[in-house]
Amino acid sequence: MRVKPRAVVMRFATTYIPVFAMTAITLFPFYWMVVTSFKADNELYNIKANPLVVLAPVFTQYQRLFNDTLFPRWITNTLLVSLASTAISLAFSTLAGYSLARLRYRGATTIGWAIFITYLVPPTLLFIPLLGVVSSLGLANSLLSLILVYPTFLIPFGTWMLIGYFKSIPQELEESALVDGATRFQAMFRIVIPLALPGLLSVGIFSFTLSWNEFIYALVFLQDATIKTVPVGVTSELIRGDSFFWGELMAGALLGSVPVAVMYSFLVEYFVAGLTAGAVKG
Amino acid sequence: MSTEETEQGCEGEKSNLHPRSYSQRAITYDKPTAAIFTAAARPSLLARVNDWLNNECVLGYVLLVPALALLLIFVAYPFFFGTYISLTDARIGKPGHFIGLQNFIDLWSDPIFRQTVGNSFFYTIVTTIFKLPLGMLMAILLNQVFPLKRLVRAAVLLPWIIPTVLSTLAWLWMFDSTYSVINRILKDVLNVQGPIWLSDSLYTLRTTDMTIFRLTWPMISISMVNIWRGAPFYAISFLAGMQTIPQELYEAAVVDGAGAWQRFWRITLPLLRHVIIIVLLLSIILTLADFQIVYILTRGGPTNSTHLFATYAFQVAVPSTDLGMGAAISMYMFPVLAIVVFLTLVSLRRED
Repeated sequence: MRVKPRAVVMRFATTYIPVFAMTAITLFPFYWMVVTSFKADNELYNIKANPLVVLAPVFTQYQRLFNDTLFPRWITNTLLVSLASTAISLAFSTLAGYSLARLRYRGATTIGWAIFITYLVPPTLLFIPLLGVVSSLGLANSLLSLILVYPTFLIPFGTWMLIGYFKSIPQELEESALVDGATRFQAMFRIVIPLALPGLLSVGIFSFTLSWNEFIYALVFLQDATIKTVPVGVTSELIRGDSFFWGELMAGALLGSVPVAVMYSFLVEYFVAGLTAGAVKG
Repeated sequence: MSTEETEQGCEGEKSNLHPRSYSQRAITYDKPTAAIFTAAARPSLLARVNDWLNNECVLGYVLLVPALALLLIFVAYPFFFGTYISLTDARIGKPGHFIGLQNFIDLWSDPIFRQTVGNSFFYTIVTTIFKLPLGMLMAILLNQVFPLKRLVRAAVLLPWIIPTVLSTLAWLWMFDSTYSVINRILKDVLNVQGPIWLSDSLYTLRTTDMTIFRLTWPMISISMVNIWRGAPFYAISFLAGMQTIPQELYEAAVVDGAGAWQRFWRITLPLLRHVIIIVLLLSIILTLADFQIVYILTRGGPTNSTHLFATYAFQVAVPSTDLGMGAAISMYMFPVLAIVVFLTLVSLRRED
């Protein structure tokens, strides 16, 4: 098939150029992080140099980040909090999602809506009283406070996504297991949950990244530099007063973003499908 | 959430009580299995618990307990506790006394709070006006065929999934008063002198004795970052919705002579209605209640001109230790959020 020159021009004008512009604007801040993090201080603060390229790439910013700051510690803390709160939320929302999607009882619809409403309560409405609750439970300034509080925004989301997944599994599979003498529990753990594993995986990954990214609770609950998470540690410990260590900051911001970026790159298509499963069927 | 199933309570099933041997319970899965309570069979405690849980209705509630307990302790209780705190003069480390609506009344004569309210609405409305069409445009583009499509889709979603405070730090550096790379590009490419992004003032709306609202470059910078971060969420959601629209509809429209513009207005947009409403709901709530972008870029400054509800509440409650007043500032968000949620639910309900 011959392609007409005019069609090619149209294609560039309506698709390629706009897609390129969109991608460039979207990615520019990340490019800027990378470029900054590989510059030595004298190049970084040289007003005459072309800021968009690195003339002499160095690892000093990363070395400083790992040797002079608690960054490795913050990574470990964030990993611990994210894994633990994801595990709790995944377990609880699987049970709740199964219950609301597959079992019939009075009040199920109302409870489902109530859980949806908690999904809409923003953390910034609750952080002040939660600080009080966390303190009175003796959890102030500890990672356990975050592990227990993060599920409050993960469970509603997870439950709703899993309701969608559970509903997509044919009722007959479970029924035939029950006819064959399985208990409800067995049917749930041996039939329904294994079939919903892709859903559980994407909810798990999404929960992990939401916990990794959380900011205000971590900012308010934690005081000691040694127990901070990456977002709070980088912003509060690497900015001292009015002095910004841009090289270290950008290195920290980049490394703190990599785990979620990697996880998502595996998941984009999945995520797009899951979003509709949860939202559209609402 | 489906509502089509009939709901039944546990108590309705007592009428089904009749002696039945314990071993038969398996085939009665669709009927309540209350037979174990009869004196005839007397199985072990474990078997009884097991059988009790096999009752669809009992199991239904039992499975909800962990999730609901956590949400009650860490969402419902704090919500009411927060309402109470906002009615007291509590400070950090000091319980405080009940003072009624005093905090809420005092806030109205606080010029910083008035600016905060104006900022919050400006921020939410202006960014939404940009994010909605931009997101739609991005979704349409991402729905085209072009090389490296999967990679571009992943790249475009990045701003939304990367920890907001970390990407906002990159913007803070891009807005730097001396080294701003944006201004450098503006100067070198277009020969335009850019503003000092995080401090220049633009416009002040004032009466003779007081300032009503100040529009500043910092507020615009903050909004730009929010649009950059939020538009991908709109785009990916709309893209997901577009992929569920049957291709035949478009083919039929083409046969009927509909142009691209008509296909968009008559097919795409109406069928995306549901997704658009949900995305708007989530986005408006998250934007109105936003904290991170402002906290990183300006901390509410210069001279408290860029606070949103959340950052002002934080500043009053935590660094200034005035918990009661801080809680009151947060609570002012609640009626707005409630109205947004209510309107969304109404418009979704009307469709069903």
